[in-house]
Amino acid sequence: MILLQLFWEYFKVGLFSVGGGMATIPFLYDLSDKTGWFTYAQLADMLAISESTPGPIGVNMATYVGFTIAKIPGAVIATLGLVAPSVIIILLIARILQQFRHNRHVEAAFYGLRPASTALIAAAGITVVKVSLLNLDAYHLSGQVLDLVRWKPCLLAVIVLIFTNFVKPTKKWHPIIFILLSAVVGVIFHF
Amino acid sequence: MKDLFELFATFAKIGIMTFGGGATMLPILQRELLDSRHWVTDEELMDYYAIGQCTPGIIAVNTSTFVGQKRKGTLGGIFATAGMVFPSLIIICIMATLISNIADYPWVQNAFVGIRACVCVQIFNAVIKLAKKAVIDLWTAGLFVLVLAFSLFLDLSPILFVLACAVIGILLHTLNIVKGGAGK
Repeated sequence: MILLQLFWEYFKVGLFSVGGGMATIPFLYDLSDKTGWFTYAQLADMLAISESTPGPIGVNMATYVGFTIAKIPGAVIATLGLVAPSVIIILLIARILQQFRHNRHVEAAFYGLRPASTALIAAAGITVVKVSLLNLDAYHLSGQVLDLVRWKPCLLAVIVLIFTNFVKPTKKWHPIIFILLSAVVGVIFHF
Repeated sequence: MKDLFELFATFAKIGIMTFGGGATMLPILQRELLDSRHWVTDEELMDYYAIGQCTPGIIAVNTSTFVGQKRKGTLGGIFATAGMVFPSLIIICIMATLISNIADYPWVQNAFVGIRACVCVQIFNAVIKLAKKAVIDLWTAGLFVLVLAFSLFLDLSPILFVLACAVIGILLHTLNIVKGGAGK
């Protein structure tokens, strides 16, 4: 019975959290209030682990919450609940899109929509820059511009930028190679 | 059946290589779906992301469903999505059983500072690549700058931007201010 309720609750999370994995977080706090299935502290731990393991955060969180409540069946059911609404809706949209792909107005809409989509991705990238290359807290405390920049990650970013754009053999490397090497660099040089 | 399994395996691979989701998985998607397999185009990826911003659910799932559906219909969409979530299920269940919170180890934190620095650059590269296809004249350049500025400085829903820009795109074409199709 708890599995059915878990599916339903996560179905609602999937249906109402528009955007990305982080959009599910406020709904999980609500779920904690409503059901008492997990505490805020547990939720914070789950978020930390979901961020530091492979996989999209939203899916990781769903699996983790489900596992906390009802072990492996819970993990599967919560994840199913999360993805069910978007799978249904996207399948419908994809069908419609296939039919109207070459419609004049649909093409015109995409003409305006693509720069917006790219800008939104750029904005998300800038958010990553804020937390990884800049240290806004230290800057607000000291007011010194030198404290604004995290030097080691910045230096690494410049190196990655050079190797992914200008060095012939490494340009073709798979992105995951750079990610893994950067992790190793972070550990060795105590980022 | 072989195609469906390939969809599952490809998206499971993408799932394993994704840290974070959303924008951070874009470089991996470009590599696996465009460069290696030619399953989608840059334009289609942008469309999926734009639609993913306005529809329920997380973008990783929306994109898998879209690509799977394009390749092999409804079943394809389901197999691709199942592949995307499969690694998370296994890894998180193991992590949760071991209880030990890996996020507490200093070396894990150090590793992620390194990973995020790298991901910043990869998103930057990905955006440049997309912008070349999306920003094709002064109008699209204007829309790009406006949406970027508004989303950085105002706390508005991305749905608003996507819908507004779609309407602007249609208006520009119906009023004949811009000629031709959507960036062929």
